[in-house]
Amino acid sequence: MVFESFSAFLVMEGHGPYVWTCYGVFFLLMIAMMVWSVRRRTAVIESCRRGYEVSTGGNEQQNARASGASFTRVNVSQD
Amino acid sequence: MWQFFHKLGSPKWFFGIATRLMPWLLAGGLLLLMAGIVWGLAFAPKDYLQGNSYRIIFIHVPTAFIAQSIYIMMAVAAVVTLVWRMKLADVFVKAVAPVGLVLTFLALFTGAVWGKPTWGTWWIWDARLTSMLILLFLYGGVIALDRAINDEKSAARSVAVLVLVGVVNIPIIKYSVEWWNTLHQPATFKLTEKPSMPADMWVPLLLSVLGLYLLFGWLACLRMQTEILFREQRTRWVKDYVMAGRG
Repeated sequence: MVFESFSAFLVMEGHGPYVWTCYGVFFLLMIAMMVWSVRRRTAVIESCRRGYEVSTGGNEQQNARASGASFTRVNVSQD
Repeated sequence: MWQFFHKLGSPKWFFGIATRLMPWLLAGGLLLLMAGIVWGLAFAPKDYLQGNSYRIIFIHVPTAFIAQSIYIMMAVAAVVTLVWRMKLADVFVKAVAPVGLVLTFLALFTGAVWGKPTWGTWWIWDARLTSMLILLFLYGGVIALDRAINDEKSAARSVAVLVLVGVVNIPIIKYSVEWWNTLHQPATFKLTEKPSMPADMWVPLLLSVLGLYLLFGWLACLRMQTEILFREQRTRWVKDYVMAGRG
């Protein structure tokens, strides 16, 4: 290391606040962008999955209704 | 050649390639970027003129450099969108524009903070700084225009035209330090010349540029995959992919 101590590394002969502000904002924004991108991908996958489940679930319900409407014998006297 | 071109335009094919590339891009990017930054912050020698404030260069140059190359890539993709109507090119533009916006902001921000101890001012309306600010607005304009138009195809065409109009700004940014009197120092790296700084300074800088490039590659793949999944959600392969990942 070119600095004599860790505190000298932090202070950087008075330029520390400038240097560390830049690195802080850089890491903050980069991490935020990476996390945001990963979360957006997960959200899109989740919304697609829900969409597929609703459509297949809807089909099953429709099938169930269709079979419910099929012919049933009614035992009522026709006399 | 044409077969490769057509394959490249297939979202499904790209999706598979991106999935295989992404772990390498992320690992390589983080490794190179961290190596460059740690070397630059703690082990590179102090600048005889600027002191330690010059250590901002290890993030300022990579963000500025990649912010501009993203725009050039977007311009190439815009031509492909307009000429060949390739869907993947439009997906690329839409996916990377926010990354370009963030990197341009970071280049401006780190430049401003570096400017204070070096030039004595946060901001000055000189050619390099102003043209970079225009790049920030161009990225903002591309994102806003894309969101403002609901129809996917007209949005793609309008955005492509805007990107191509804005590309004139890139040579202005690059040559602004030579064409006009500016406070900004000339380019650190030139393809035709040896770097003017010692190896202990330019090697970590090169590492952080390469690292951020790879990280951008990872972000681009990830965000393009998201866009592809959204656009192709009615296709069989996306349905299979999404439902396979459920369990």
